[in-house]
Amino acid sequence: MNPLHLAHFTAASCLGHGLEATLAALRAQKSGLAPCAFETVTDLATYVGEVAGIDEAPLPASLAEYECRNNRLALLGLRQDGFNAVVGAAAARYGRRRIGVLLGTSTSGILQTEQAYRRRDPVTGALPDDFRYRTTHNTYSVADFVRTAFNLEGPAVVVSTACSSSAKVFAAAARMIAAGLIDAAIVGGVDSLCLTTLYGFNSLELLSSEPCRPYDADRNGLSIGEAAAFILLQRPADSLDADAVLLLGAGESSDAHHMSSPHPEGLGAHMAMTAALKAAGLEPADIDYINLHGTATPSNDAAEGRAVATLFGNQVPGSSTKGATGHTLGAAGGLEAIISALALQHGILPGGVNTRCVDPDIPIQYLTANRESAPRRVLSNSFGFGGTNCSLVLGRAG
Amino acid sequence: MKLSAYLDGIGLIGPGLDNWLAARPILAGTAPYESRPLTVPAPQSLPPVERRRTGLAIKVALAVAWEACAAGQLDARQLATVFSSSGADNDNCDAICKALASEDRHISPTRFHNSVHNAPAGYWGIASGAMTPATVLCAHDGSFGAGLLEALTQVAVEGWGTLLVAYDMPYPEPLHAKRPLPAAFGIALALSPKRRAHSLARIEVSLADDAPDALAEPELETLRRAIPSARGLPLLQAVARGAGGRVVLDYLAPLHLAVAIEPCR
Repeated sequence: MNPLHLAHFTAASCLGHGLEATLAALRAQKSGLAPCAFETVTDLATYVGEVAGIDEAPLPASLAEYECRNNRLALLGLRQDGFNAVVGAAAARYGRRRIGVLLGTSTSGILQTEQAYRRRDPVTGALPDDFRYRTTHNTYSVADFVRTAFNLEGPAVVVSTACSSSAKVFAAAARMIAAGLIDAAIVGGVDSLCLTTLYGFNSLELLSSEPCRPYDADRNGLSIGEAAAFILLQRPADSLDADAVLLLGAGESSDAHHMSSPHPEGLGAHMAMTAALKAAGLEPADIDYINLHGTATPSNDAAEGRAVATLFGNQVPGSSTKGATGHTLGAAGGLEAIISALALQHGILPGGVNTRCVDPDIPIQYLTANRESAPRRVLSNSFGFGGTNCSLVLGRAG
Repeated sequence: MKLSAYLDGIGLIGPGLDNWLAARPILAGTAPYESRPLTVPAPQSLPPVERRRTGLAIKVALAVAWEACAAGQLDARQLATVFSSSGADNDNCDAICKALASEDRHISPTRFHNSVHNAPAGYWGIASGAMTPATVLCAHDGSFGAGLLEALTQVAVEGWGTLLVAYDMPYPEPLHAKRPLPAAFGIALALSPKRRAHSLARIEVSLADDAPDALAEPELETLRRAIPSARGLPLLQAVARGAGGRVVLDYLAPLHLAVAIEPCR
């Protein structure tokens, strides 16, 4: 594929608001996970990665119909790192019709519906009058919200493939740009804490009772997080700064195996990584760091580890940053693409936190401490329920 | 770049529209439309354990997907897929919200993994064995248009054969009052970059400002307006009539999709 420029980006997660806070937390190997005290959830012994300040940041009156946790988190993200201004300038340059909005989410504003069900009319069972479906619950809500907030008029869509959602938006946006439908795209993802995922992962016995420990021999499940990640993706200018970050390739595949367990040999993961390398015109030896999906469930890390070992041996350092951020589900691909971009720009390979004893049965080079380095190309993995896989290759311009 | 593809097979299911072959004369205007509740076959392609776990949305999606592949005599394992729906398994969503609002918040593992928007894509992978890319989209009432646009970019940019599966199902109350979808509905289009023996038509898609086309038959037009996936019906009507031409489909008003259609035979 023709490389695309990650012209501007920002992320909010439990590590903090914006790139500076995110980088500082990665440098300090800090985890943002804390015991779950979310909403009315008092009966789950688990840790979550909650973004600070969402409850105190209502939407402005002009966007009030979109009021829900997911869109609040989206707006919090858009207001960071000058992202608003950059999109405004891009709209002036390309035209409102020529900027796409392609975002990933898994649960959208479902928390709004979960809460509305508690307020059903005791006689009729009806939902309260103030409940709005289209702008909160519907899976498209966050893309509609961002498109409306920026007064854009071009193509827009939500990709919702569980935990690969906001990686796959890069591939879809690249196709739209290649097809000439748009000149730039706002890509990324927003997923926020809700009861469905907390109690759902609990039912699958996939929630850890401690901060999650990716790739640990004694890993025992994931920690759920939330995040907003936004990237303005466009064709590269003729000359770019050396530390500009490019999307070099994307690869997608399906496991065709099971709804909630990965292919045991990691076959789908292997196919996605191979396709991403091929799209980038690169060999495994060209990759300097892998941001692993690494959810810390026993089966995910075993399957992904097998696929990574098959393709890269133990030659390429890798880590999961989910010990720091939690698993931000539909926002994970976008958030981890941004962490990968920070690694490229700042010459730091983030060590995975919480992992005490790397699983000796997974023969890859797993980093538990930060490493100062000068990575030129990195791979980021995102896999999800339903056997959906997406890998991205990012690289420095110079 | 021209966003064009060959349409090799169609799958269709909706009230009074049992499948593409049965619906073709109705859409062409040579047979009357009679509305009746739809019957959706159980997905025999799934192993029994998985089959028992599937709700209406998954059944609709898989039924039209298989129909389009069979019509085009296509190997499903070779096709990338684009699933697009306004809401996925809406019965399952209601059941989860009810459980979470109750004293006992326990929800079953099956309910949870079926709650993801990409559940039909996951079951399709298990049923078909396709390890090809599968994406899953939502654009509320513009979901058919969004799916068509993604499918065409896959065919035109990647050179893939791509199966578009657009589907919807109603919500039960109380969500039905907030999002009144009257019936389940599904359309699948098998698209190829090159003309094949079974190609029905060549289609070319572009962004447009024109108003979307309506259907002549009033009851079908009511369905088109009420169900996001049924917004693809004007394209099917044009193919059924066999004359070619141009139709405009709903996308993100006032932005819509123009589809130029050239019949292959």
